[in-house]
Amino acid sequence: METPAARIGLRLATGLTLAFLYIPLGVIALYAFNEKRVQTWPISGLTLDWWDKAFRNPGVRDAVLRSVEAALGATAIAIVLGTLAALAVQRYRFFGRETVSFLVILPIALPGIVTGMALNATFRTVLDPFGVPFGIFTIIVGHATFCIVVMYNNALARLRRSSRFIEEASMDLGADTWQTFRYITLPLTRTALLAGALLSFALSFDEVIVTTFTAGPVQTVPLWILQNLSRPNQLPIVNVVAVSLVLLSAIPVYIASRLAQESGILRRR
Amino acid sequence: MLAYLGSLAVLFLAAFWRLDPFTANIVKDPGLQNFRTLVENDVYRQITIRTVKIAAAVTITDAILAFPIAYYMARVASPRVKGLLVVAILMPLWSSYLVKVYAWRVILQEDGILNWALGPFGLNGPGFGEVAMWLVFSYLWLPYMILPLYAGLERIPDSLLEASGDLGARAGRTFRSVVLPLALPAVVAGSIFTFSLTLGDFITPNLVSSVQFIGNVVYANVGVANNLPLASAFATVPVLIMIVYLLLAKRLGAFDSL
Repeated sequence: METPAARIGLRLATGLTLAFLYIPLGVIALYAFNEKRVQTWPISGLTLDWWDKAFRNPGVRDAVLRSVEAALGATAIAIVLGTLAALAVQRYRFFGRETVSFLVILPIALPGIVTGMALNATFRTVLDPFGVPFGIFTIIVGHATFCIVVMYNNALARLRRSSRFIEEASMDLGADTWQTFRYITLPLTRTALLAGALLSFALSFDEVIVTTFTAGPVQTVPLWILQNLSRPNQLPIVNVVAVSLVLLSAIPVYIASRLAQESGILRRR
Repeated sequence: MLAYLGSLAVLFLAAFWRLDPFTANIVKDPGLQNFRTLVENDVYRQITIRTVKIAAAVTITDAILAFPIAYYMARVASPRVKGLLVVAILMPLWSSYLVKVYAWRVILQEDGILNWALGPFGLNGPGFGEVAMWLVFSYLWLPYMILPLYAGLERIPDSLLEASGDLGARAGRTFRSVVLPLALPAVVAGSIFTFSLTLGDFITPNLVSSVQFIGNVVYANVGVANNLPLASAFATVPVLIMIVYLLLAKRLGAFDSL
């Protein structure tokens, strides 16, 4: 029904929207090679110095390691608990089942600051007496709250779509619960779990708000950036870290789009 | 075995989510005085209004910006272009939140690229403030609006549009009477993200303006002033707003298009 004029208009608008989305990222990419320390425009010359300095920067290296630790920990917890919760809600009717499916959604429906505050207060009253300080452990638990939701949603969506008969057939043929899980349920849900794990990792790696409430003295990459934004001297290195993060985010996007193609989401019409 | 582990997991989860009532307990203890402070104090009221106003403005802006590109992706582009565009929208969505805000800080600053570009026309960029906040939030959450809207538009069957055309409607009329009503649930679904993400934010207001959001007050009261009860009371405001919003969204059928 689209007239040629409408098509041209739509194409133009699409191009403009894409430009709007990408220009800021491009600007940062340019600044990462900026010769001068100050962030003025236009930039006078290009250099690779800041990349070298960023890779040698101990603060950056530490923050990256902490972020990877936190993301791996939170994702691992989420894979186990999120999947189990999804299995439980899908398979069994038990007291409070409806409540669980609602409660699990809360951490993404509520603003991050509420989750952060709640966790902060609990850690302070529950963990402190046991001598567990704020740090990597509290970050992992904090991130796990929303990572679980992501895993739960992904796993549940896939479980609802796949037929229970296959599992029953497996049991009828003499497989025990574990074998059925290992050879039937796991292969059926594999791509959904992988996509969920990927999303969990990325969300955790990028999280600022809950982290500020649970990190204590530990610095993750986003916290490092946040702190160094107010230090003009460090901004060239922030630029490099920023560009690296944007480039790194291409990896999950690539894997996610491959996964989507595999399960036919992009091809479905 | 699985049931056991499952219920353990559920217990573990339940243990987590009892945290929220826990903070609420602290609030309830001293009675309603915190809420009275919030209602009676002019500053808090202004901050609430400002937060909601900007969240609404961002939502409307994103809905308008997202429509053409989502429509193009859903109904005009070839399957190959469509795939590429989805990836092109996902890229900025997956990039670091802070990096995006920081990029805008660099662009908007006094001797930044925007003022340089506008300078020859005798214009000046908005600088840091409420306009900058609106712009940055709209940028941040735009992909969250495009993707559900694209999915929603794609679900509209071609035959409906053809039928509308056959019945004599022009393109504009078809758009208004057929496409828009059918796409509305998807817009509302996207708006849940744009609205709630703006509502709870306190980092962006901090970085690109000097005005406060609900989140800033809450953060200051937890960290610096250590007035947890007041912080919790104020934090319930966005939660209440979101609950009302979600109920409305449910009525408009947004949950089916999530």
